[in-house]
Amino acid sequence: MSESRVAYGAPAPEANGRQRVNQPAVEVDGLVKRYGEVEAVRGISFAVEPGETFGFLGPNGAGKSTTIKILCTLAEPTSGTARVAGHDVAGDRDTVRRNIGLVFQDTTLDNYLTGEQNLRFHADLYGVPRAQFGPRMRQVLEMVNLWDRRKSDVGTYSGGMKRRLEIARGLLHAPRVLFLDEPTVGLDPQTRSSIWTYINDLKAREDITIFLTTHYMDEAENCDRIAIIDHGTIVAIDTPENLKASVGKDRVQIGTGDDASTITELKERFGIDAAVHEDLVTFNVTEGERFVPRLFAELTQPIRSVNVARPSLDDVFMSYTGRTIRDTEASATDRNRARVRAMRGRGA
Amino acid sequence: MTANPVITATSESEEGRAATEAIRVSVPRKGLRQDLRAVSIVWRRELLRFKADRLRMVSSLIQPVLFLFVLGTGLSSLASRGMPPGVDFKTFIYPGVLAMSVLFTAIFSAASIVWDREFGFLREMLVAPVSRAAIVIGKCLGGATVATCQGIVLLVLAGLAHVPYDPGLILTVVGELLLLSFTLTAFGVMMAARITQIQAFMALTQMLVMPLFFLSGALYPLSRLPAWLTVLTRIDPLTYVVAPMRTAVFGHLNLPPAAVAALSPDVTWDGWRVPVGLSVGMVAVMGLVLLGIAIAEFRKTE
Repeated sequence: MSESRVAYGAPAPEANGRQRVNQPAVEVDGLVKRYGEVEAVRGISFAVEPGETFGFLGPNGAGKSTTIKILCTLAEPTSGTARVAGHDVAGDRDTVRRNIGLVFQDTTLDNYLTGEQNLRFHADLYGVPRAQFGPRMRQVLEMVNLWDRRKSDVGTYSGGMKRRLEIARGLLHAPRVLFLDEPTVGLDPQTRSSIWTYINDLKAREDITIFLTTHYMDEAENCDRIAIIDHGTIVAIDTPENLKASVGKDRVQIGTGDDASTITELKERFGIDAAVHEDLVTFNVTEGERFVPRLFAELTQPIRSVNVARPSLDDVFMSYTGRTIRDTEASATDRNRARVRAMRGRGA
Repeated sequence: MTANPVITATSESEEGRAATEAIRVSVPRKGLRQDLRAVSIVWRRELLRFKADRLRMVSSLIQPVLFLFVLGTGLSSLASRGMPPGVDFKTFIYPGVLAMSVLFTAIFSAASIVWDREFGFLREMLVAPVSRAAIVIGKCLGGATVATCQGIVLLVLAGLAHVPYDPGLILTVVGELLLLSFTLTAFGVMMAARITQIQAFMALTQMLVMPLFFLSGALYPLSRLPAWLTVLTRIDPLTYVVAPMRTAVFGHLNLPPAAVAALSPDVTWDGWRVPVGLSVGMVAVMGLVLLGIAIAEFRKTE
């Protein structure tokens, strides 16, 4: 295990055929994608620097997966341009493909093959030289702690192991950009956090740009920068710290006997705009912990529970979109599922 | 994983680093060699999957064996009236049963592309930096190999149907089976490009497979049929493989020419005898056309 630690050194600055230029790892300009009447992506622009971990945060159906599909050359943009590792995703598809690694939302492994066979298949498709396959496979498998299980059929792996194998496979051909589309969706909380341990470890070891999508706020905090995407447009883009600082206020959630009267009273007595989110009366104030005693003293409605939170990315999302991510999901999930089905029906 | 990196930074690590860098520079540009490697791995995966699936191997043998030995034996007393002395009905239907076995296996192999889509693995192939043609060709070759292997298992039983184990005959039949399997797999893969649900795929192929089989002359001679059936058998592509295979089998039986002509007549178009070369050639061309369509279908992107 220890020997592979140093094996992930910085790459050669000038590698023949793959020049390292100081250009963005991902560069998107005015990207639009329409599926019939539905405008999934509505003219987004952003750039990701080499070595950065960049997160696309948004509810289901916001356009995250569509964007990633375009960046991975699986879908063509309706208009606008996108460049990955310096190459146009529409015009120079194969060069882009050689330079990216992919981990999709749904597993794309062959359950009837062993872990090693799955990696060998990938190595052959990507043209990894045979002599280098062995050592490289060992590196990536040890990194995700699957070296000992390489001879087992993937069908016997747990969900977390499959995801780890996919991450290893995505890295096998030493891509410049690794795309992780909802890398932890469908996993239990413990496995989710272990996947993040691997991703953070990977950042430290390989010289790689990571582009990920998530709708988990806590995961987005692992990113260097985040773009918040909603209804196909980017509503904010910055570091998690800056985004949170821009909200400024603490979030207070209270459980009451009569939400409607409480909201009215908050407005009349304190001049606060509150709304019900996640079944609790929710509002933002500066210095929440000092406000709560006043609330108990002056509010006539009985208070059953109080929760004061420092601004989280959830609040950032709310301040930019007027909704929490969970609110959005309830309404978007069904619509999104229908669309995913429709998309799957075609091509990939 | 948590070991101190300083302690381990020895010559061993230099080696590791070299490997990382070497890999970084060496993912090749797209080219014929790269595509051939992709064809080969897609093809080998089909074989690996087939080898691992013993149940499928056995289950796809049941139907042809039933046809050959149960139907063949059961009908032989009825059919013997029309057969020259010394010729077994099983011998007559043997080439047809071979074709049937290949028919089912090849279509089933093509269905694997629908399964691959269902389980996501197709996407792993479609995002790779190789041409889609390489993937489709690999799939078709894989399906053809698997189906032909299935046919070869039946060839082992040839003696039980009084078909001689003649090297020339075996080679001819294997060649024809390979051609048929390839064309059928290409057909299946072309369908799989459009039909993305396994239920629909299975239903549709079953709907096509049975008529293809029954109209091919696998179970009856092609001469002296009513006009409507004559036309239908001539439209069925399977006919153009079953007839040459039967010609090959009967050519190795030392029968009087009259008997051969009665049981294994050449395919005729309005009285004109279609040469074996043309029959086989047509199936080959059809296979290539279907392959071309399949490749074009898989090249489309959203």
